[in-house]
Amino acid sequence: MAVTIRIPGVLRAEAGGHSSLECAAVENSTLGAVLDEIGVTWPLLERRIRDEQGELRRYVNLYVDGEECRRLEGLRTSVSDRAEILVVPSVAGG
Amino acid sequence: MTTSLLAIGTGKGLFLARSEDDRQTWEINGPHFPMTGVYAVGIDTRREPVRLLAGVDSSHFGPIVATSDDLGASWHEPDQRPIAFPEDSETAVARVWQIAPGPADQPDVVYAGTEPQGLFRSSDGGVTYEFVRGLWDHPHRPEWGAGFGGPAIHSIVPFPDDPKRMLVAMSTGGVYRTADAGETWEASNTGIRAYFLPNEYPEFGQCVHKIAASPARPEQLFAQNHHGVYRSDDGGASWTSIAEGLPSDFGFPMVAHPHRPGVIYNFPLEADGRRYPPDARCRVFRSEDAGATWQGLSDGLPTGPFYPSVLRDAMCVDNAETVGVYFGTRGGEVYASRDEGENWQQVASHLPEVLSIRAAVV
Repeated sequence: MAVTIRIPGVLRAEAGGHSSLECAAVENSTLGAVLDEIGVTWPLLERRIRDEQGELRRYVNLYVDGEECRRLEGLRTSVSDRAEILVVPSVAGG
Repeated sequence: MTTSLLAIGTGKGLFLARSEDDRQTWEINGPHFPMTGVYAVGIDTRREPVRLLAGVDSSHFGPIVATSDDLGASWHEPDQRPIAFPEDSETAVARVWQIAPGPADQPDVVYAGTEPQGLFRSSDGGVTYEFVRGLWDHPHRPEWGAGFGGPAIHSIVPFPDDPKRMLVAMSTGGVYRTADAGETWEASNTGIRAYFLPNEYPEFGQCVHKIAASPARPEQLFAQNHHGVYRSDDGGASWTSIAEGLPSDFGFPMVAHPHRPGVIYNFPLEADGRRYPPDARCRVFRSEDAGATWQGLSDGLPTGPFYPSVLRDAMCVDNAETVGVYFGTRGGEVYASRDEGENWQQVASHLPEVLSIRAAVV
């Protein structure tokens, strides 16, 4: 099973310059488990997305196959084989 | 000729100014960490090469703690989170407010203060930090306030002669001190007034804006309070007012001269409800007798009406023999004196709001 994570330009330095990452997730995986896996190889990327308690940062949005995870089950949202996860920073700031 | 470095943390990134001519002219580069708030900077001259430390706040991506061993040409973050609350704290670092290199004889020790009120200690030169649990577990913590800026450890003053002694301060929490390397802490606010509380002299809860001490006389401490300027001659056990002679007792920074004990600098503002320089005049105030008398310093500073304020970490001194004094404003201007405050020049203008500033001969 594999999922694709699309990385916004502002975070590509933390992902080795890649615009997308492939993650070999386990069967019946969750979004949180995908982030755990990402953090093994790209720890700076993972901590830009989640704090040390594992909470999704307020102004980071994760879309799983087009649906923002907060409208689903947050980081417990299931991800299926070949799912696409978009990392999208909120439009915020001045 | 020596190189001097001035690190300017702003609301939208870190700017670095270098001078190769004994601080007469400066060349600025940046922004490093663009679009982040750089609330904490450090220049650690105890190491060779000199290490820069930055505590950066990304509104989107959280806190970033990074070091540079090449004067800012490149920055390094470790794989593990450099500063993190343990799981049982049930909280996370919101912002790093302070990075303070330890005493000269402990060159690998660096302290960091965070929001919420966490103290962290590094023993690898500020790359990674360990949680100082004793302060977090203090029974007063549930009653510490947040101030306006947030519930944070913003001042860290280690004693140079005794690695077990240290003071920290927080707004609407007050000053705390330890004598056992952070295992236990006691409130250290005797004599500091909290005019905004029913009991104006409580054990803790004072809104201390900044504390400072000269390594040359560590038992003598200075505090700029939310209304009130104080000195302690007993390591923080008690405080007495030194506000007489200042145009106002309100302000944010308090800076101690590194090798002339009793020489201090601040930047008064009119009042809590009028946070402008008194008489709209841009003036640094200096005392050379531990606060007994004060002198306004303005030669070379703007002469017209001046309204920007200077935040708690936006004033500093360097480590030169004839000390340089620096401050940055919320209006994005930076001023420097290369003669201990007698004469000033503008180093930068039109920067984002200046949040933090540190300088050193490197």
